[in-house]
Amino acid sequence: MTEQMTGARIVVQALKDQGVEVIFGYPGGAVLPIYDELFLQNDIRHVLVRHEQAAVHAAEGYARSTGRPGVVLVTSGPGATNAVTGITDALMDSVPVVVLSGQVPTFMIGTDAFQEADTVGITRPCTKHNWLVKDTDRLADTIHRAFHIAASGRPGPVLIDIPKDVQFATGRYVPPQKADLGHYRPRLKGDIEAITRLVELIETAEKPIFYTGGGVINSGPAAAQLLRELVDATGIPVTSTLMGLGAYPASGKHWLGMLGMHGLYEANMAMHDCDLMIAVGARFDDRITGRIQDFSPGSIKAHIDIDPSSINKVVHADVPIIGDVGHVLEDVLKIWKARGRKVNREGLARWWEQIARWRKVDCLRYRNSDEVIKPQYALERLEALTAQHDRYITTEVGQHQMWAAQFMKFEEPNRLMTSGGLGTMGYGFPASIGVQMAHPDALVINVAGEASWLMNMQELGTAVQYRLPVKQFILNNERLGMVRQWQQLLHGERYSASWSEALPDFVKLAESFGAKGIRVEKPAEIDAAITEMLAHEGPVVVDVLVEKHENCFPMIPSGEPHNKMLLGDDAATDAIRGDGQVMV
Amino acid sequence: MSALRIKKGSSRKSAYDLRPAFEDVEERHTLAVIVDNEPGVLARVIGLFSGRGYNIESLTVAEVDHTGHRSRITIVTTGTPEVIEQIKAQLGRLIPVYEVHDLTVEGPAVERELGLFKVVSTGEKRVEALRLADIFRANVVDSTLESFIFEITGSPEKIDAFADLMRPLGLTEVARTGVAAIARGT
Repeated sequence: MTEQMTGARIVVQALKDQGVEVIFGYPGGAVLPIYDELFLQNDIRHVLVRHEQAAVHAAEGYARSTGRPGVVLVTSGPGATNAVTGITDALMDSVPVVVLSGQVPTFMIGTDAFQEADTVGITRPCTKHNWLVKDTDRLADTIHRAFHIAASGRPGPVLIDIPKDVQFATGRYVPPQKADLGHYRPRLKGDIEAITRLVELIETAEKPIFYTGGGVINSGPAAAQLLRELVDATGIPVTSTLMGLGAYPASGKHWLGMLGMHGLYEANMAMHDCDLMIAVGARFDDRITGRIQDFSPGSIKAHIDIDPSSINKVVHADVPIIGDVGHVLEDVLKIWKARGRKVNREGLARWWEQIARWRKVDCLRYRNSDEVIKPQYALERLEALTAQHDRYITTEVGQHQMWAAQFMKFEEPNRLMTSGGLGTMGYGFPASIGVQMAHPDALVINVAGEASWLMNMQELGTAVQYRLPVKQFILNNERLGMVRQWQQLLHGERYSASWSEALPDFVKLAESFGAKGIRVEKPAEIDAAITEMLAHEGPVVVDVLVEKHENCFPMIPSGEPHNKMLLGDDAATDAIRGDGQVMV
Repeated sequence: MSALRIKKGSSRKSAYDLRPAFEDVEERHTLAVIVDNEPGVLARVIGLFSGRGYNIESLTVAEVDHTGHRSRITIVTTGTPEVIEQIKAQLGRLIPVYEVHDLTVEGPAVERELGLFKVVSTGEKRVEALRLADIFRANVVDSTLESFIFEITGSPEKIDAFADLMRPLGLTEVARTGVAAIARGT
């Protein structure tokens, strides 16, 4: 049952057979045959972005909010190189993205042809895998294999580089069921002996903690459900990385809040003092651990991860369990129940008392004002006025991102889209477009800072063209806030290049694209502005003029352990010294 | 609890713990990596080493299964036990990689390298070079009145030793293949 067709048609047919509904792209000479095929069909929607980086971020937003791979189509040379930041972002955050790039025809490769770049060479270190397809007969297999690799195991971006003559030539099409997917079959089930050892530790631990990450969300909704069941049945406190927020609900009884550099005091203290740490789909990133030598010194560490290279990479795992989070948690629950649902009740009760004492510190407390809008207050109001919606939040990168993680409550997985590993400013706006494409009727808000937002502001054109009612909630402090904060804490208050002098009028900017713009300057006006934003049916840019010098606390200064958190400005000046200075 | 036993070569320390410690002894390991012989596979392996700051002492590659298009890459690398464990895990993560064998820990292995040595000399030096080549069981594969090319096979140490001896005897050029290695026994 093989059919002959052109390479361009094979691409479109393979995408259809993979269930692709939307692709994000930008045309150019080397992908014109594929765009021609897209023109001749109605099953796949194409979203014309304004910059290829945004195409990848939009696909990431689509993928993270649905669990299905996002698809990107870009042309050769600059089209592909512009996509590199997005591809790297997807690699760092394990987001399944399939990038199709055009290439100059095979007979011109290597001649420095117009818009030629060594795309597979450039993207080799920033993809999970990539291919240059030189034979139309190999194209269908390669595309199906690409989807398989992007979405299975630890997900990630893949790229297929397709020369223009391969798109024109005729070749054999094979459907996904008949495709040769290669030998890539990641192990899903964890070792039962190791899981049993973990259950034994759960039964006796006095101060256990779940430290969950993006792997829970990547594993799928069943994994989040199993995590909730396990946490609530055992009564063990749970904290999460930025990437894992929503896997356990923020309103849940055992929720400690996010951990890490700007995580909650109680979460970090509990990590430091615990006697059993159960890492679930988390990779001990440096934003999480602080100073490695003093990281949770007294605990036994169990580490569940589908990627064997994550085990023992940063922190030694006493109980390593390689497998898919969903599969492993299912076995943990099964064995724990079969062994009689035991926990150390007395120990846990004392542990929760200790946590309650840490909570009294009230680490997110801030000094509010009647005169200027505090960014924390703006987000508290945004949270309060949107909590009844099943909303999707994206963020840019910086202070606002950390405040969003602290002050917004995530009740479900796949509701927060943010650039965690790479920390890509300019991620949030295009990501919100991808989320809105996947969930046309949902409320999608990008919590942004003005500097990050400007990095991909051209996407206003995309939002307006496709009538995507994305809400851009910009906390505008007229500063590169996180850079400014570090310069204050680390560089003697010398604010080198962290102030943007010539900001646009965001209201007029929005209006010039045909979107709605709202400016808020006073705390008393914020509720009305948010209500107006929610009521408007199209894309909205809200310019929230906030306190310019607010610092994001709590904070673990770089090079310090979890129990050396800064809770406010008083302790902060010149807080980063010695070894910590060289850390990012 | 066999599954929980820490594998040979790993330790309690992190690969990212960059502070030198006295117990961090660098080890030399020979890895055999079986890969799909597809375009770019060698670049992926080399890129992994350079990108993550691992060492390569020697690297050889050739297709060993022409019907299955499998290549065997033999890598000699150095690093602390944690780094060696990371290297193996990272190699295993590459899509075209089928198997990663650490021949240094998996049991005794045979390591061989081939070297070609051009020695240009006359008179007593020329005779001495030929005599030493005989002792090392090197073959003469090319000869003129002023030069020999010796072909020698053996462990890298043996080839190093031969090079040291040839240097004062008119050694002008060396080509070495790098190590090929295979585990002993069945």
